[in-house]
Amino acid sequence: MQSSLNARAGLLSAALLAVFLIAWQVAVSGHGATAKMDPEYAALMGKTATQGTSAMPGPVQIGERLVTLLRDPFYDHGPNDKGIAIQLGWSLLRVLLGFGLAVIVAVPLGFFIGMSPLLRQALEPFIQILKPISPLAWMPLALYTIRDSSQSAIFVIFICSIWPLLINTAFGVGSVRREWLNVARTLEVTGWRMATRVVLPAAAPTIMTGMRISIGIAWLVIVAAEMLVGGTGIGYFVWNQWNNLSITDVIIAILLIGLVGMALDQLLGWIGRHLGYAE
Amino acid sequence: MSPNPSHHDRPQISVQALCKRFPGADRPTFNDVWFDIYPGEFVCLIGHSGCGKTTMLNILAGLDRASAGAVIVDGKEVVGPSLDRAVIFQSHALLPWMTVLGNIAFAVRSKWPDWSREKVEEHCRRYIELVHLAGAEGKRPVQLSGGMKQRVGIARALAIQPQILLMDEPFSALDALTRGSLQDEVVAISAASRQTTFMITHDIDEAVLLADRIVLMTAGPDARVAEVVENTLPRDRTRQSLHRLPGYYAVRNHLLDFLVERPRALPSDPRHPPTLRIGDAPDASSPVRIRA
Repeated sequence: MQSSLNARAGLLSAALLAVFLIAWQVAVSGHGATAKMDPEYAALMGKTATQGTSAMPGPVQIGERLVTLLRDPFYDHGPNDKGIAIQLGWSLLRVLLGFGLAVIVAVPLGFFIGMSPLLRQALEPFIQILKPISPLAWMPLALYTIRDSSQSAIFVIFICSIWPLLINTAFGVGSVRREWLNVARTLEVTGWRMATRVVLPAAAPTIMTGMRISIGIAWLVIVAAEMLVGGTGIGYFVWNQWNNLSITDVIIAILLIGLVGMALDQLLGWIGRHLGYAE
Repeated sequence: MSPNPSHHDRPQISVQALCKRFPGADRPTFNDVWFDIYPGEFVCLIGHSGCGKTTMLNILAGLDRASAGAVIVDGKEVVGPSLDRAVIFQSHALLPWMTVLGNIAFAVRSKWPDWSREKVEEHCRRYIELVHLAGAEGKRPVQLSGGMKQRVGIARALAIQPQILLMDEPFSALDALTRGSLQDEVVAISAASRQTTFMITHDIDEAVLLADRIVLMTAGPDARVAEVVENTLPRDRTRQSLHRLPGYYAVRNHLLDFLVERPRALPSDPRHPPTLRIGDAPDASSPVRIRA
């Protein structure tokens, strides 16, 4: 039954994709020549006006361009012309650096907040105020203090990753089952051993959920951040291709951003399943 | 009949004027509770729900603090948990991210941090065999049945070779058959080790089977020890033969009446609740009071 449900869902997905692609192709294809126009004027106006062809590329064009881009993803022809994999690589690097820094800071800090009701209450107002701030609002401050656009982007990733991590770690650590703590206490387990053998493993699923939320937000934010700071990255690529009026490349970038985001989410989900435990 | 532990010894556990009042409650859950447990004795505590049985066990374990009074173990007041007092929890409380072996090894390493990996594992395997779980060492708690989980809990508690074993209704969450087979094993282990054991239960048959003495609590709030029943049935009793022993029904009926009637009458001297010996004579219908 399950396999037949999977098969039917897959079939429906494929059908929906096909319908969408066909509708897209039909919508952007031309409707024949526009009647009686001065050829010179027509050449000036381009196909959009003369043949009714949309400037929006169709799926076939996208496919052709995607093959070209993926055939040589690592080329580097100067600052404004780099392979798509290089651009994605820069974005991933910034996300992983910012996210990694956030993990290093937020997990230990969240651990102490979770263990201490005093700390939790004292820090609550700060977290509540800082959490809803759009990470991009930090950008000018980051540029002013760090004075490096690439590092500022990493800082913005750090600041947007830290809140879900902090909140989930504190919650996970604070809600470890009393019976597990009691077992450890009757065994006179304290300090570092209590933290690493009991509290952290017990809180691991909640912490991993925080990481999954964080990396999702980080991947959302990096595109916008790179549009602002420029230079390299998939966000910069989108903006650059918009300035080049290359809608094809913009659409391809959108597609790749979605695929990489999904891969990051699946990866953390997989790690989470391995660190988690069933009860 | 094998001799009961001599009460001329110094008690190993001495509960003195113990009182627990929860914040916000106007009356204490239990108050002025006194009883002693002697070395090698198996003592069961029976009482209605709400008389603070689990709280009392937690205070004995050092996991909870009394509002007044003290628990003295081997001449020292209990101020916190200790590896000398192992607890078997009602909910088995295994750590779900560790295997069976891992759960027991965690306890063993806590007691003997200097032991080599091989020594710890060998020690753990001995206790896994003791509770008949050989072959399940690598399983995680989620893969075990309720009875097997509680066996791991028992093995974990015994593996640290404690002075005192504290059990909080360890079999109450199990079905009757599983409970029976685990009781048999506790009988066997207890007979072999003469481990000082304090167990909370609301199962009368369990208490009669396992306990040398049964402490009866009045209903809470303000619960106290109403009386202590000495189990005069032969030590080598088993679950299968228990109900054929002369005197069994006298003890059982006495306990049942106590629970059904929910007595609130307090003993005149909470420090020395009456001790009863029931069932010495095969047709004993009225309890014989030996100490008041």
